[in-house]
Amino acid sequence: MNRLLVSPSPHIHAPVSTRSLMRDVVIALMPAVLVSVVFYGWSELLVLGVSVASCVLLEYLVTRFLMKKPSTIGDLSAVVTGILLALNLPSTTPWWVVFIGAVMAICVAKMTFGGLGQNVFNPAIAGRVFLLISFPTYMTHWEMPKGLFGADAVTGATPLGVVKEGLLQGGKLSELISPDYLQMLLTNIGGSAGEISALALLAGFVYLLARRVIRPHITLSIWVTVAVVALVFWLVNPERFTGPVFNLLTGGMILGSCFMATDYVTSPMSVLGGIIYGVGIGFITMMIRYFGSYPEGMSFAILLMNAVVPLLNRAFHQKKYGRA
Amino acid sequence: MNRTFSIGGVHPHDSKISRECAIEPLPIPETVWISVAQHIGAPAKPIVAVGDTVKVGQPIAEPGGFVSAYIHSSVSGTVKSIAPRKDLAGNAQLCIEIQVEGDEWLESIDRSDILKTDFTDDNKAIVEKIRQGGVVGLGGATFPTHVKLTPPPGKVCERLIINGCECEPYLTSDYRTLLEKGREVVVGTAILKQVLGVDTATIAVEENKPEAIAYLNKLLPEMRKISTKYAGISVMSLRKRYPQGGEKQLIDAVMHRQVKSGGLPIDVGAVVQNVATALAVYDAVQKNKPIIDNSVTVTGECFPRQANLLVRVGTPLQYIIDYLGGFPAEAVKVISGGPMMGKAISNLDAATVKGTSALLFLTEKQTRRAPESNCIRCGRCAEACPMGLEPFLLNPLARAGMTDELEKNAVQDCIECGCCLYSCPANIPLLDSIRQAKAQVMGILRARAAAAKAAAGK
Amino acid sequence: MSQTIIWTIAILTVLGLLLAIILWFIAERFKVVEDPRIDEVEKVMPGANCGGCGFAGCRAFADSAVKAPNLDNHYCPVGGNEVMQKVAAILGHEVKEKAPMVAVVRCNGTCEARPTVNDYDGLASCKVKAALYAGDTGCSFGCLGCGDCVNACTFGALSMDPVTGLPVVDETKCTACGACAKACPKGIIELRPKGPRGMRMYVSCVNKDKGPAVKKACANACIGCSLCEKTCTHGAIVFENNVAYIDPSKCKLCRECEAFCPTGAIHAVNFPKPLDAAAVKARVQERKKKAAEAAAAAKAAQEAPAKPIEKEA
Repeated sequence: MNRLLVSPSPHIHAPVSTRSLMRDVVIALMPAVLVSVVFYGWSELLVLGVSVASCVLLEYLVTRFLMKKPSTIGDLSAVVTGILLALNLPSTTPWWVVFIGAVMAICVAKMTFGGLGQNVFNPAIAGRVFLLISFPTYMTHWEMPKGLFGADAVTGATPLGVVKEGLLQGGKLSELISPDYLQMLLTNIGGSAGEISALALLAGFVYLLARRVIRPHITLSIWVTVAVVALVFWLVNPERFTGPVFNLLTGGMILGSCFMATDYVTSPMSVLGGIIYGVGIGFITMMIRYFGSYPEGMSFAILLMNAVVPLLNRAFHQKKYGRA
Repeated sequence: MNRTFSIGGVHPHDSKISRECAIEPLPIPETVWISVAQHIGAPAKPIVAVGDTVKVGQPIAEPGGFVSAYIHSSVSGTVKSIAPRKDLAGNAQLCIEIQVEGDEWLESIDRSDILKTDFTDDNKAIVEKIRQGGVVGLGGATFPTHVKLTPPPGKVCERLIINGCECEPYLTSDYRTLLEKGREVVVGTAILKQVLGVDTATIAVEENKPEAIAYLNKLLPEMRKISTKYAGISVMSLRKRYPQGGEKQLIDAVMHRQVKSGGLPIDVGAVVQNVATALAVYDAVQKNKPIIDNSVTVTGECFPRQANLLVRVGTPLQYIIDYLGGFPAEAVKVISGGPMMGKAISNLDAATVKGTSALLFLTEKQTRRAPESNCIRCGRCAEACPMGLEPFLLNPLARAGMTDELEKNAVQDCIECGCCLYSCPANIPLLDSIRQAKAQVMGILRARAAAAKAAAGK
Repeated sequence: MSQTIIWTIAILTVLGLLLAIILWFIAERFKVVEDPRIDEVEKVMPGANCGGCGFAGCRAFADSAVKAPNLDNHYCPVGGNEVMQKVAAILGHEVKEKAPMVAVVRCNGTCEARPTVNDYDGLASCKVKAALYAGDTGCSFGCLGCGDCVNACTFGALSMDPVTGLPVVDETKCTACGACAKACPKGIIELRPKGPRGMRMYVSCVNKDKGPAVKKACANACIGCSLCEKTCTHGAIVFENNVAYIDPSKCKLCRECEAFCPTGAIHAVNFPKPLDAAAVKARVQERKKKAAEAAAAAKAAQEAPAKPIEKEA
């Protein structure tokens, strides 16, 4: 007979672990990864490879040699950070810039706070924003999608970049762009790798919802806010401000709202807090897009709202049984 | 869509692998050890001496206070000793050891299977019979039933809820009781209904037991024809969700009312009794049969033979295991009760008590806890908590011993259902520390209430 | 340009003054008048805020001490007599000297002597474990080994011995604040007088079970044989619930009980020499023999006078 095992209840556990949740996120990101590799080719594969490998390696080194604890790479969170970081970078980013982004993401934004769960800011976004500020040339140098075996790369600006540049020079919107929304939804928007296909990202988002990995309230509140803000401004002056559909489908909107803003660690715990957080992200994004000097504001908005999360967690609690 | 409770909850796998096993009586062991502390409240006081001969059903210990219960001999034989013996947690409890000789019952007990549907209108006599029968709540808390049937003055009961949810995985004894003793349960329900003076009684069953629901639905119209006493009893099918059988959750599910923190079900007009308790009430009132046995589910994927046994109170666990083919090789944990709220047994020499509803065997793979990792703040614990608490917040507070903050965040409302720990992807032992903190805060609250009472008394 | 500078300076100055005035008003409005002696007392306190005195911290102690009519109910175990003299001087009270104390772990159920009989798989906390069940060894009274006492100690005086699985007290660091004793759900840790030159004796077991059960559970336990009680000539050993307890106020450190203890449950610490058990046993036996002879002689003497009388008659 075995020695009896004794522990407090409960004695069974749901088939869920940090690792399984992260694995689901990786699976959910696969359509976007595939599309980006197909459209940007080997250079994108290199960015992805360097990003994931350096994130995992850095986390291993930091946990084993600086924190002197068992390595935590098994939870796959570093893989998720690596993929998200890569999807946030242009495919033309040199490998060493990617590596610096990974150092920022893992070593500074994640591990200095104590590792997964302790960080205040989303590591991938922190890495991206650091690179955006430090290496603006590399980070705004977009390659037009060309396909895995396509000809030489053509570089260009993202739709949002085109708009910002044109408006700054006093142009009118109707002259600057003639957006093809269907194409935006499917493929072929210039931008960082992860922005290429809204549909691929949405497929991953639906997978996460179906697997109950995340709840939809944050993402939906971002979308609603962006749509409402854009609609109001667009109705006021359609020549100066872009419309809601354009704003929902361009830039890092889908990637950010589905995968970055919903990061467990850096989003509020309560549903109400999450909605406020989402509204904040949507509003700040639109303000930066309309009035800021950067064409895209998603990552700044998420980063700013990350800082507010502890306050939201303090202010909003979930409804308790039998208490008014 | 069937009703359910409004906050939290989880969906563990059903695993009711013993559902087709009919209840079979377990042969009487050679010796039984009957604990005098098998209910909530004061331990009972032995009223027999070593060397006395006792019959089945004879009281051997009397209540040690108002909240206490009679204890009866479950066998006939000679009292061999009255001494402390280790219970299933290894702690010493006073037990009455009886050497079994034959199976001689008290003459007053009606041992026939004939259904007695007629019962007296004298509620006082009924409550006294329930008290004499040593009936306690068999849903897990083992709270003396006669106390629950004496609501505090000024409180009116509107609905009696008979808890047939059996929301814990693996457990099937209530389900089998409903199928095999449905009529008796209904009579017990009618008795309870009359004592409480309510018009409606709801037998709440989860939808994963359609056979039981169908059987009761067939039965109730027949019973109503017999007497008007059976009017107002109905079956309610509830969505499958754990912890639906929790008293507060069940009231929320059935009546859409929530018991205030620190309050009792009667405050919202509800009294909840378990199916097995209703059967025990029938036995005590109609058959003069006190609680001397109870049905126990013996189950687990690794266990060679699934069974629902009718076990005499005080039967050593080892005897039950041996009867069913011995301790399975792969099993590492034996649980008294279900896998979510049951207690792990550290001592197989211990004997069963009235509240023992199951013996569950789990393997290393099923039950060994994975190592704890960092909280990833996913909020699954808070999402799962049926009381709307935030375990991710309570856990660090508990470990830091911050009782004021714990009280503010309602740790005292915790019902210890285990949903938080069950659903934590980081395997943080949330409930371990929260349960501890709850006990601490409850102690503080009790001391404060006592001080306030003393001050008011002056 | 210069205008900008002047404006900046002017605005900042005005702003600063304004805020300063507001701050001053608030400070005046919410000023709390305190007895200045509270600060003085707090200054001489050790400042560990350990709560060993029974108050929330050093300040709470000082506050209470200033208000109290005497210092009978106030004692800082960390600062000891030295600090209490200072406190008494400030407040104009007198305090009695107290013997210095130390935390003593009264369980010697090492991993070897007290094998585990089941596996505990919950939070590593003695409180949680104790609330759950009797423990993973056969002994339901002994150390649970999860180190709640170690976590409770703010002075780093306790550590778990990985070999024995028991907590070890570092006497030089222990301040006898009592936090560990409060943290232990089994009540194993006791504050005992340090004794002359640190020498003290104690029974390192609290198992209340009867002899055979104890023996089965742990090789180092007090089995309740009461040999020590019979040996002790100072009445220092109290025997209750099948377990011996040495009253430190009566113990004369003769180590006779230690020599007779069959399981080594009686511990003597900081003695310069190891115990020569045989010599002590011989000594005690000699004494007993003499006592028996004396008793016999006395008995004989008592009976003896009766006989001559008979003879005379």
